[in-house]
Amino acid sequence: MKLVVIGNGMVGHRLLEELSAAALPDLHITVLCEEPRPAYDRVQLSSFFSGKSAADLSLVAPGFFERSGITLRLNTRASAIDRARRQVTTANGDTLHYDKLVLATGSYPFVPPVPGSDRPDCFVYRTIEDLEALREAGRRARVGVVVGGGLLGLEAAKAVQDMGLVTHVVEFAPRLMAVQIDDGGGRLLRSKIEALGVTVHTQKNTVEIVDGDTARHKLRFADGTELETDLIVFSAGIRPRDELARACGLAVGPRGGIVIDNHCRTPDDDIYAIGECALWNGKIYGLVAPGYEMARVCAAHLAAGLAAERRATQPLPAFHGADMSTKLKLMGVEVASIGDALGTTPGAQVCLYSDERKQVYKKLVISADGKRLLGAVLVGDAGEYAALLQMMRSGSALPDRPELLILPASDGADKSALGVDAWPDTAPVCSCNNVAKGAVCAAVRAGATSIGAIKSATRAGTGCGGCVPLITQIMKAEMKKQGLSVNHHLCEHFAYSRQELYHLVRVGGIRDFATLLARHGKGLGCDVCKPVAASIFASCWNEFVLARDKAALQDTNDYFLANLQKDGTYSIVPRIAGGEITPEKLIKIGEVAKKYRLYTKITGGQRIDLFGARVDQLPLIWQELIDAGFESGHAYGKAVRTVKSCVGSTWCRYGVQDSVGMALKIEHRYKGLRAPHKLKLAVSGCARECAEAQSKDVGVIATEKGWNLYVCGNGGMKPRHAELLAGDLDEQTLIRYIDRFLMFYIRTADRLQRTSTWRDNLEGGLDYLKDVIVHDKLGIGAELEAEMAQVIGSYVCEWKKALEDPQTRKRFRSFVNGDGVDEHVVFVEERGQIRPATPAEKQARFKGIAVVNEPA
Amino acid sequence: MDGSNAPACWHDVCGLDDIWPDTGVCARIAGRQVAVFRLRDDRLFALDNYDPAADANVLSRGLVGNLGERLVVASPVYKHHYDLVTGACLDDPALAVRAYRVRLVDGRVQVAV
Ligand SMILES: Cc1cc2nc3c(=O)[nH]c(=O)nc-3n(C[C@H](O)[C@H](O)[C@H](O)COP(=O)(O)OP(=O)(O)OC[C@H]3O[C@@H](n4cnc5c(N)ncnc54)[C@H](O)[C@@H]3O)c2cc1C
Ligand code: FES
Repeated sequence: MKLVVIGNGMVGHRLLEELSAAALPDLHITVLCEEPRPAYDRVQLSSFFSGKSAADLSLVAPGFFERSGITLRLNTRASAIDRARRQVTTANGDTLHYDKLVLATGSYPFVPPVPGSDRPDCFVYRTIEDLEALREAGRRARVGVVVGGGLLGLEAAKAVQDMGLVTHVVEFAPRLMAVQIDDGGGRLLRSKIEALGVTVHTQKNTVEIVDGDTARHKLRFADGTELETDLIVFSAGIRPRDELARACGLAVGPRGGIVIDNHCRTPDDDIYAIGECALWNGKIYGLVAPGYEMARVCAAHLAAGLAAERRATQPLPAFHGADMSTKLKLMGVEVASIGDALGTTPGAQVCLYSDERKQVYKKLVISADGKRLLGAVLVGDAGEYAALLQMMRSGSALPDRPELLILPASDGADKSALGVDAWPDTAPVCSCNNVAKGAVCAAVRAGATSIGAIKSATRAGTGCGGCVPLITQIMKAEMKKQGLSVNHHLCEHFAYSRQELYHLVRVGGIRDFATLLARHGKGLGCDVCKPVAASIFASCWNEFVLARDKAALQDTNDYFLANLQKDGTYSIVPRIAGGEITPEKLIKIGEVAKKYRLYTKITGGQRIDLFGARVDQLPLIWQELIDAGFESGHAYGKAVRTVKSCVGSTWCRYGVQDSVGMALKIEHRYKGLRAPHKLKLAVSGCARECAEAQSKDVGVIATEKGWNLYVCGNGGMKPRHAELLAGDLDEQTLIRYIDRFLMFYIRTADRLQRTSTWRDNLEGGLDYLKDVIVHDKLGIGAELEAEMAQVIGSYVCEWKKALEDPQTRKRFRSFVNGDGVDEHVVFVEERGQIRPATPAEKQARFKGIAVVNEPA
Repeated sequence: MDGSNAPACWHDVCGLDDIWPDTGVCARIAGRQVAVFRLRDDRLFALDNYDPAADANVLSRGLVGNLGERLVVASPVYKHHYDLVTGACLDDPALAVRAYRVRLVDGRVQVAV
């Protein structure tokens, strides 16, 4: 069967994913995509302004089209549908036959037909290209106006303000977000937004746009007033893209939208419509979740059609409409609208809590009989959103005093009715991916006990991420029910998590293991808690790791300051900060390697690893390296490893900043910093990102204006893109944020938890991290910086120190009672270098000599 | 252990101070590599230095401690735990290393091989 899909937007792409997951035989799919790139996350479009690239926003899993055999035609607009011939014509004149056709054409921004609205530097806000053009114009503008004070208009206003422009919002209605919230909520929202420096003009009807006197344009309003601006963004609503459907005679609504039934079928059995272009039961849904639901329904219907001969045993899923409740953060202000927010249901009663000092506004809309919740508005604090939404949807009975649901807890409110325990399994918890509470609980019962695991098992939380705190709550409640104590005890010796232990060490000023064990633990310790304690001592006090009382706690790598390899020998990695090295030093490494017959390999962190050194050789080798000006690279420690860099503006034609210089600064600042796991950093000199900073724990990317800071990325086994923590920072602020970020991670992460997993399990997610690091909401910024300063101030090269101390140096020997070497370490040559011999090779060599312990 | 019926003879290894508390050292005794451990309370233990799970002579470089009632060393390669008293491997019953008797005489550590 030939399926043609027109539009590769968010919903169209979800359809492809559903179909690909169903792995239907004999299905050939062609997708016509008008835009120059495949599907991307339009919901997160604004993050383009905070540094996300088009690639970051992509919704297409790597290799998706190749794997699923779907033909994608970019830059290809469908221009006509011939229903009789079942053909689609493209703008460049090709025709394609279809058996089934899906329209997923989305909508377009409505631009009011005001004279002058087509002047240059007038924009809309829908595609990446729109934003690129807007950003370009923003560079040469001083003032920006957004026409439209709805949800999208306010998002656009934030973008305009972030570009550093004086920002105005012009709204026709008497309040902001007129569709979603009431007058009281709108008033509060307005005052909050104005406090952020955006001027709001309501009840303004733009009649004309002409040349300005002080700026490029002048808007003239019906009431005779005027406003001058350099650029304009129109965000006055959206209209379904139903032009193809109209032209081929499919039914459309009076105000647009392709008419569909409960299976997303148009009156033509072979044509479906889904997403924002579709009109169901007289309604258009301008949100992505209902669109995703349509994609699911449509995919099931298509699949059933293919398998028509097999009798359908299950009823097909159908679309039953969707609720338009939303919760969002607009310019940092939480706003939520649930159900009948405006109270239009006959007889509806209102219960209101508003506090202008605390800047919160909360309203419940209650049924005439006082028994059920019909809707709600929350502005300033939307903490109760999920619970109220659930109450409204399930129609469950309201508690006796519903006002307590929205009163602050300190005023004696009983919020137990809001608790997740009281929710039925069918309660939706992640609207982006349509996941119910029951699915999350089932995943917990099947063994998913971290947010990361829940995400991969259920998809919940992988969309906008807004539901993660709620899912965490449900996960914990279910774990408790299952008797799975949320046990983070380090080991049998310490009934504390690493984070708690860190706190005990720091607050108690504990500097040695014996004291720690006596005060907070039991037994002798083990190979789990000892290195953790050593790492915490190092992070807190940065004393010499090989001091007599510390040495016994160290894993062999830290004990010998080198990396143990499988045959019992060690490898050595001198620090090559930023990957920059002089020819003299390069030659020195070569000489040392040659002299001690070491295997050499370039690492991914732009350094050189020397393999095959025996314990007794380590001090000799390091003496030579230190004399030549090298220092420890800490490759052996759970510590800051490398700061990778590209060559940057010094040499590169495209570089915009000196990335090598910055990498050196960062590496020398944090070198040797001990952490719960190893830390990798990188600095790229421009957006081309040659240093792959977005796969690092801390990634810095140069911009025209400064530096973008990315955090919590990972390469390796579980690749994870780093996320933008803050953009366009000057050097001082950049360093301050990295200080805070690293120390916060060191304080709070679990044992052997990389920043990426730590972040995935962080309640509140990226927003919370920003609050702590950038906005200093916990008020610990200065403390974190001071702790970091202490560690940095006490840095010494561990190898230098080890060589200077005869007691320590003495420990580097293979045998306590004599010299000699381990005869079990055998090398053979391969490609001009040594490598460990295989057991068979060793046997051959030892032929005639009794082998005491034969490997199995 | 298979050493029990062999005639054992005490060998001088090193001074007590040559082994830092809660660490091990490797000694060459009669052609064998023996890992000798000293706990914080100066109790001494000796095992083969060879870790059969890793096929490498590394046990003297492991971390010592306890798991429940048993005193153990964790091999630095794949973290198998060996009982300091018996040499049994806690993670894999098929594996074991030889355990030796150790004593302290006039500040000197001696091992019976
Ligand atoms: C800035 C912004 C913020 C948003 N925030 C949220 C939010 O927080 N929450 C939320 O739920 N929703 C939000 N939305 C709405 C959400 O993005 C849409 O609901 C969703 O994208 C709809 O998906 P769709 O596939 O129906 O349409 P689209 O994503 O618009 O995709 C339609 C695609 O079809 C293509 N197309 C159209 N006609 C043709 C043709 N003839 N031939 C070929 N291709 C064609 C278009 O170019 C487009 O690529 C936001 C939208 C924007 C713009
Ligand atoms: S609600 Fe958006 S990810 Fe769950």
